[in-house]
Amino acid sequence: MSLSSTSKIADLLEKNETELLRNWLTELEASGLRRDDLMRSTELNQQCHEFLRMFRSAAQHENFSDVQAPEWGSVRQLLTDISRDRAQQGFTPSEVATFIFSLKKPLFDQLKRELAQQNDLLIDSIWTVTDVLDQLGLWTTEVFQQTREKVILRQQQELLELSTPVVKLWEGILALPMIGTLDSARTQVVMETLLQQIVETGSQVVVIDITGVPTVDTLVAQYLLKTVEAARLMGTDCIISGIRPQIAQTIVHLGLDLSGVITKATLADAFAIALKKRQLTIVSKASQSV
Amino acid sequence: MVRQKVRAQTVALGFGLVDQTKIVTAASELARNTLDYGGGGSVTLEVLESDQRVGLSLKFTDQGAGIANIELALQNGYTTGGGLGLGLGGAKRLMHEFEITSEVGKGTCVTTVRWRQQS
Amino acid sequence: MERIPILQMGQFLLVTIQVDMHDRLALALQDDLTNRIVKTSASGVLIDISSLEIVDSFIGRVLGNIATVSQLLGAETVVVGMQPAIAITLVELGLSLSGVRTAANVDTGMRLLQTVLGVPFHGGLNANP
Ligand SMILES: Nc1ncnc2c1ncn2[C@@H]1O[C@H](COP(=O)(O)OP(=O)(O)O)[C@@H](O)[C@H]1O
Ligand SMILES: [Mg+2]
Repeated sequence: MSLSSTSKIADLLEKNETELLRNWLTELEASGLRRDDLMRSTELNQQCHEFLRMFRSAAQHENFSDVQAPEWGSVRQLLTDISRDRAQQGFTPSEVATFIFSLKKPLFDQLKRELAQQNDLLIDSIWTVTDVLDQLGLWTTEVFQQTREKVILRQQQELLELSTPVVKLWEGILALPMIGTLDSARTQVVMETLLQQIVETGSQVVVIDITGVPTVDTLVAQYLLKTVEAARLMGTDCIISGIRPQIAQTIVHLGLDLSGVITKATLADAFAIALKKRQLTIVSKASQSV
Repeated sequence: MVRQKVRAQTVALGFGLVDQTKIVTAASELARNTLDYGGGGSVTLEVLESDQRVGLSLKFTDQGAGIANIELALQNGYTTGGGLGLGLGGAKRLMHEFEITSEVGKGTCVTTVRWRQQS
Repeated sequence: MERIPILQMGQFLLVTIQVDMHDRLALALQDDLTNRIVKTSASGVLIDISSLEIVDSFIGRVLGNIATVSQLLGAETVVVGMQPAIAITLVELGLSLSGVRTAANVDTGMRLLQTVLGVPFHGGLNANP
């Protein structure tokens, strides 16, 4: 990159800013990136304007072609914000990158006009601009991806909490219906939550229902048993219901000791035992009136 | 006292309550061994920090009788002092990293680390 | 020397451990309780550990010993109010206190003792044992 091409670009950005902005917006519209359903056009207008202003000031520096240089700091920050917003607004990554790429054509057009007589400088300038805009476009994609990953992680955690609700079946009786494959990290979180809930609700009996769990590995099976033991230390009885044949075999195979644990085939059976432990009985109205 | 110092440090580092309890309990076990079998010694706390994670390291050193068979000493139920024999093995289970060096007649050094859960 | 107070409630003894219990205090409690059981012919002992910071293998052993000794002297022991973090830690340590009865709080502990001992509830019409 020659110094003259850099200063030419800076020049041009300064001189023709209004026109450039207009053409850029037209270009964005043509590429279908003006998504009125997702964001207001005034917002887009403002972002373009802001970008051009910062782009121009970055272009005045020598490190023009290295977008990781400190001079580009504010441009990168702006793009980070834009990219993050759009990731949350529901844009696709290519829509976000197009924001930058669509500046190419208006900028090239102007360069062509200005440097019509200086072929070498023109090619040089176009090359520099392409290089920089490509880097910036990639930057938006990267930020976009990071933001999406964070969103996914958050959703996973929310799902985790949702998928393991501790429910109160009766005064003093809690149930934890577990669904899906259990990994040891999830089991640990769930079990700690369960023990905390026991304290908060003052429950004396807990039913851990694993009907919805297809298989368990050694670690998970051990966690289950440890939880039963910890609950007992807190003065709460645990009943495990819905152990599938395959899981039963895993437990036997591992030589785990289930002798101190009450197990039942179904949640209903477990609930009946839990009621009995609480010295409660359910009586049907019909039989009561006889 | 060791327990209070360790507790304060785990709180300062943002460990959750379960982790705090595990670390303080391990420290209690190891400190007791240092007193009972090592004739007293020293404890050093060290905060471990990298960009990835934060941890607390505990180091117990004594100039006592030493342990002849470390593997045996780590076994559940093994005791020479009428204890439950759960201290060493239990502390190891409560922590993430655990290292013993010992020389008979010279002394024992236990270094152990627990990392903070990421979230 | 500092000691942990033992309260008498009818035929039961209640101990509330409120401090960071050091070893000597724990051993003193074991002695005191033994003596009190004999002196009062108590049939039950409740040990409330809800304020205890940690239970390590030493304190765990003392609790186990108290339960065993009490039983020899004709009294049932219930440890009440263990916090989740302590319970998780004890299990990991390898200490399940299998010979010790447990309950969530003093209230449920008391009822457990009454059930185990076959005594009617306090406060009811037939509450005079
Ligand atoms: N610091 C030490 N110096 C010498 N021997 C030790 C030390 N720590 C542990 N040991 C030996 O290891 C055995 C097991 O220790 P531990 O698991 O803590 O059980 P306990 O303390 O109940 O005996 C002890 O009985 C002792 O023989
Ligand atoms: Mg020990």
